[in-house]
Amino acid sequence: MTARRRSFVGDLVGISPTLALYAAFIIVPTVFALFLSFTNWNVDGPIHWAGFANWSEFFADPVSRHSLLVTFELAACSWLAQTPTAMALGIFVAGTQRYRAVYAAFYLLPLLMSTAGLSLMWQDVLFPQFGGLAWLGIHAHMHFLSRDWLASPDLAFFTLVVIIAWQFVPFHTLIFQAGRRAIPAELYDAASVDGATMRQSFWNVTLPQLRYSIVTSSTLVLVGSLTYFDIIYILTQGGPGDDTRVLAMDMYNIGFNQTEFGYASAIATVLGVLGIVLAIALVKLSGFGTMEGTQEGMW
Amino acid sequence: MVATATKPSSRPEALSRSRAIASARPAAAALGAIRGRSRISRFATFALGTIWLVFALGPIYYMALISFRSPNEYLSANAWLPIGGLSLSAYSDIIHTAAVGTDFRNSAEVALGTVVVVVALSLAAGYRMVRQGSRYAAVSFRVILFGIAIPIQAIVIPLYFITNKIHTYDTLYGLVLVLSASLIPVAVLLMVNYLRLIPRQLYDAMAVDGAGPWTTFTHLVVPMARPVLAVISIYAGLGAWNNFILPLILTQSNSDQVLPIGVYQFASNGEYSLNVPVVMAFVMLSALPLLILYLGLRRQFVKGIGGFAIR
Repeated sequence: MTARRRSFVGDLVGISPTLALYAAFIIVPTVFALFLSFTNWNVDGPIHWAGFANWSEFFADPVSRHSLLVTFELAACSWLAQTPTAMALGIFVAGTQRYRAVYAAFYLLPLLMSTAGLSLMWQDVLFPQFGGLAWLGIHAHMHFLSRDWLASPDLAFFTLVVIIAWQFVPFHTLIFQAGRRAIPAELYDAASVDGATMRQSFWNVTLPQLRYSIVTSSTLVLVGSLTYFDIIYILTQGGPGDDTRVLAMDMYNIGFNQTEFGYASAIATVLGVLGIVLAIALVKLSGFGTMEGTQEGMW
Repeated sequence: MVATATKPSSRPEALSRSRAIASARPAAAALGAIRGRSRISRFATFALGTIWLVFALGPIYYMALISFRSPNEYLSANAWLPIGGLSLSAYSDIIHTAAVGTDFRNSAEVALGTVVVVVALSLAAGYRMVRQGSRYAAVSFRVILFGIAIPIQAIVIPLYFITNKIHTYDTLYGLVLVLSASLIPVAVLLMVNYLRLIPRQLYDAMAVDGAGPWTTFTHLVVPMARPVLAVISIYAGLGAWNNFILPLILTQSNSDQVLPIGVYQFASNGEYSLNVPVVMAFVMLSALPLLILYLGLRRQFVKGIGGFAIR
């Protein structure tokens, strides 16, 4: 056997199990979702070819158009809530003061909780009448806190944005912390020699130097919130009315409650395409090298 | 994660250097103004950081406090201060609910199984991909990387169908397989990027000594990879322990219920749904193993969580 031959056999043995598992449960389902979106199928019966029926239904149906809108609104509001906050906190915990390291350790606690657990926790904090905020409303006379945060049409959407930010900002803070720590101190020295104020050195040194962190974090916020499901499923089920009915929620309802798997697959395909397009945009925007380069930076 | 965490120890030195340079400048008055302003801005950042700390910990503190109330105390006692009666009744209630033990065991099995599968597969594949002996290795690396971009929510319907067809629906090992597949792309990326740092010379030295691929793997790659194995274990363990949508869709019976589903079911349609302290105690208990691990392995946790940066 030639060396080349031998190494191919080694690769085959080493890589194939991974590739097989990944193909069976990621690649095949992806292709299959696309296929199902052109069929009518409700688990029990046979699969019927439906052509573009699901797709024209998707674009004609006001409910799914509304879901698409809510999905984009959630992504936009999540970005507005999470990215600037995470950047500020990331720069904050990148500082060398001892107390900031302590803060940083506590900031990570939300990341240890399961989405199911933290949703129930928030549900009880926000519970009308007996919840933590309601208690403050009654006993500390902060009446603006006594609201039905998850069931009132004006509030439910923004309450979800806040809870989702609570869950994910700590994670994005890590990205910005690493980004801020990677900026060479010389750049700040040079800026201060030039007489730059703190604000100027933020705009002219910190912000441009954090551009890869910003692109990475923003893309992850956007992809994450476009496909977001767990908290919404547990806390509002898409309600009140259709106010928080995002695409992923819509897909779950239509698929697993109404068993219209063909139509649900069309929605799933939209989700998948949105996610993939944004992720590719990340790679392009941040330069291909960062996908690998940023990772090496971890060590 | 984004970039090198340069040792922060170099910072104070650099700062004092910049101060020395700045103080050499003649405009001392202007400098005083800048110092004053920087004190204000330091206080402002302290205040902002503290506000987030309160926001991040407030709900957790509330949950912890409520979990130590009895149902009556929950309705009557102070909601935010640990005054009035505290008791362990919620914890003893929840521990004596039979399902909790099953849920814990299932979650532990699923998390452990997923960690083993993900670590073993990504180690074997990562090693061959880094060596890049054949086109097969290079191509499969790119194919697996592409999986990072596919949101799991988009493929749950086919997953439901496939697991039914191959009779792994409503089994824990079926759940382990799908969870592992969903975590593999990031795990492989972490692995390859780490193993890439092993110097070529070490491989060459192994080859000179007449070591074959297997000996190289067990005597060079595995020992060198130990830190990344810890990180990938935490990444996979956390992902498996806390995942909600996959067990929601791929399991059904109580005997295969994992913690996130158990907590959710318990709170939504059990007889306990209005007994808030018991629900909070359940959530506290389900997060406890991770908290203990976090206290012991904070550095690895931060990096393992960082693995999600690309998920």
